[in-house]
Amino acid sequence: MGFLDIKNVTKSYGPVEVLHRVDIAVQEGEFLVLVGPSGCGKSTLLNMIAGLEGISGGDIAIKGRVINGVHPSKRNIAMVFQSYALYPNMTVGQNITFGLEMHGTPKPERDRALADVAKLLQIDHLLDRKPGQLSGGQRQRVAMGRALVRNPDVFLFDEPLSNLDAKLRVDMRTEIKKLHQKLKTTIVYVTHDQIEAMTLSTRIAVMNKGFVQQLGTPKEIYDTPANLFVATFMGSPAMNIVPATVEMQDGAPHARITDAEGAPRLLRFSQANLAGWAGKDILLGIRPEAITDPEGADRKSSNIQSFANRVTVTEPAGSDTFVTMTISGKDAIARMRADATVAPGEVFDFAINMEKAVAFDPATEERIPA
Amino acid sequence: MAAVTQDTAVSTGRITRTFIYVVLIVFALFYLLPLYVMGVNSVKPLAEITGGNMMALPQTWTIEPWLSAWSTAQIGVEPTGLKPYFLNSLLMVVPAVAISTVVGALNGYVLTKWRFRGDTWVFGLMLFSCFIPFQIVLIPMAVVLGKLGLAGSVPGLVLVHVVYGIGFTTLYYRNYYAAFPTELVRAAMMDGAGFFQIFWRIMLPVSGPITVVSVIWQFTNIWNDFLFGASFGGTSQPMTVALNNLVQSSTGVKEYNVHFAGAILAALPTLFVYIVAGRYFVRGLMAGSVKG
Ligand SMILES: Nc1ncnc2c1ncn2[C@@H]1O[C@H](COP(=O)(O)OP(=O)(O)OP(=O)(O)O)[C@@H](O)[C@H]1O
Ligand SMILES: [Mg+2]
Repeated sequence: MGFLDIKNVTKSYGPVEVLHRVDIAVQEGEFLVLVGPSGCGKSTLLNMIAGLEGISGGDIAIKGRVINGVHPSKRNIAMVFQSYALYPNMTVGQNITFGLEMHGTPKPERDRALADVAKLLQIDHLLDRKPGQLSGGQRQRVAMGRALVRNPDVFLFDEPLSNLDAKLRVDMRTEIKKLHQKLKTTIVYVTHDQIEAMTLSTRIAVMNKGFVQQLGTPKEIYDTPANLFVATFMGSPAMNIVPATVEMQDGAPHARITDAEGAPRLLRFSQANLAGWAGKDILLGIRPEAITDPEGADRKSSNIQSFANRVTVTEPAGSDTFVTMTISGKDAIARMRADATVAPGEVFDFAINMEKAVAFDPATEERIPA
Repeated sequence: MAAVTQDTAVSTGRITRTFIYVVLIVFALFYLLPLYVMGVNSVKPLAEITGGNMMALPQTWTIEPWLSAWSTAQIGVEPTGLKPYFLNSLLMVVPAVAISTVVGALNGYVLTKWRFRGDTWVFGLMLFSCFIPFQIVLIPMAVVLGKLGLAGSVPGLVLVHVVYGIGFTTLYYRNYYAAFPTELVRAAMMDGAGFFQIFWRIMLPVSGPITVVSVIWQFTNIWNDFLFGASFGGTSQPMTVALNNLVQSSTGVKEYNVHFAGAILAALPTLFVYIVAGRYFVRGLMAGSVKG
């Protein structure tokens, strides 16, 4: 049993089921990120925790108390909305203390709580302004202040950074992370930005089409994606997925792929149990950063394979250079150091870190367990 | 290059603009003419009007017609002037406007933020009431008022106008609140505000423009209504009915100057409302359709 338990929860709108048997136990102080493409049901799940949407099946419990029918204001939950939802007619101070006022907290106590939160978020000087007179980042802080002041058991965030410009988004992301490290409140955070998910979370639930595809730490999600969807959704650029055949050589399983010219090549797997797939087709997944120039290869890896291949395109991106090539008839991207000398059209000697490679069953699209 | 195009744009603009202004001024004068006629003739002795000088400014200025219209003119059989009827109209219009506006706002709030099964049907039916002509409801309304014991009284008229106005006010507020972000209501719900607290603290403070629209619309319609007043007014008839009685009274000579003064008196309150609140009117009408 966790702090916030989502047990077998489903949601239907009429005959359409949009969430299917979601099962997540969130521990106290955890930062859970729900991530997935648009329309996968993230907001719906969050709103069900908040009590803004009814629950069609299953239970949601906080600290062991089932809250299915409990009014949103009585769940001791606070939410930061995507549009911030600041009351336009009230000042910042009134916005922040409105919830306390509605809960009958006496004025002196409200003022004290307001002062604390304003200091924490550095918005002391804005308290008498109306939301219309604030910048995007300031509104964001006020919205967080309104959630913080109630001292809730659980914080809910629905894409809180999506209305900010790129620079501010990164700043606020750090700020939210700092805040969580300081306050250690349980947070459920919705985003469709996989970088936000990776950087903020202690655990991630990757969702698609109303199913939780995988629930795990950022590292688990990144290194051992449960299926093709998770593998390609998380990470930017996406994981390279190329068709391959498992072939035994010297008693070890190898991935048989073809290079740009169509010539067959073998890459030795680190996972010995893939021997069970000898002679069968699989999908080979390699992250871009696992294909590098030999000098840039991971020194700690015990399985770096060299792989000469023709370069089609190079894209310098400042810190890295992305290099496109063809493997088994598919485009694959390598992430190189910025100063690696690669030219399009030439054959370059790449180094592939096969320790990080994963294999998927083409029929089920599930990862073949190592 | 840019300067050249701007130059021509300005000069063609000047010609069309002059043309537009001339047309507008002509129309404005045309529409103001009746007001002018009423104005000048209400401050002339009757002899000057019957002498055939409708358009001329008065030779002798007098406020006698106004005083007469207000307090001594013959209305029907009583020489009371319009004063008591003016009061009737006020007593009718203020509660009727207030009640229909508040109910419309509540309806709009429920229909957009507390949606329920079949709410679009309810709204559709309410909208339907906007298209029912007055004449059709006269007899059923008379029956209902009789049953309620409100026939021929000011409260009866208030009820009639409230019932008739709710369709319009609901339409206004529903469309206005439809553009109001639902996340705000949800945030207030999570903050622990109840149904009326959300309405009072969150929705109403930002409902200024649409309230102006609703008040102007209701005020002019109710104040200017003749049919309901004549049908259900009984002994407490509104201003419009009294004005008709003043103008139609068959005894003695027709005192045109008094009639003109009375007509202006009857129009003054709506004029006042337009001048005070009019500039918000257009803003409010647009607010529901265009966001921001
Ligand atoms: N009131 C409703 N009636 C019917 N279907 C709905 C309703 N609300 C949401 N849905 C459906 O439920 C699914 C999940 O919606 P939800 O808003 O949770 O998506 P999301 O993951 O938050 O997407 P986004 O990233 O775009 O916000 C969608 O397919 C949507 O069409
Ligand atoms: Mg959403």
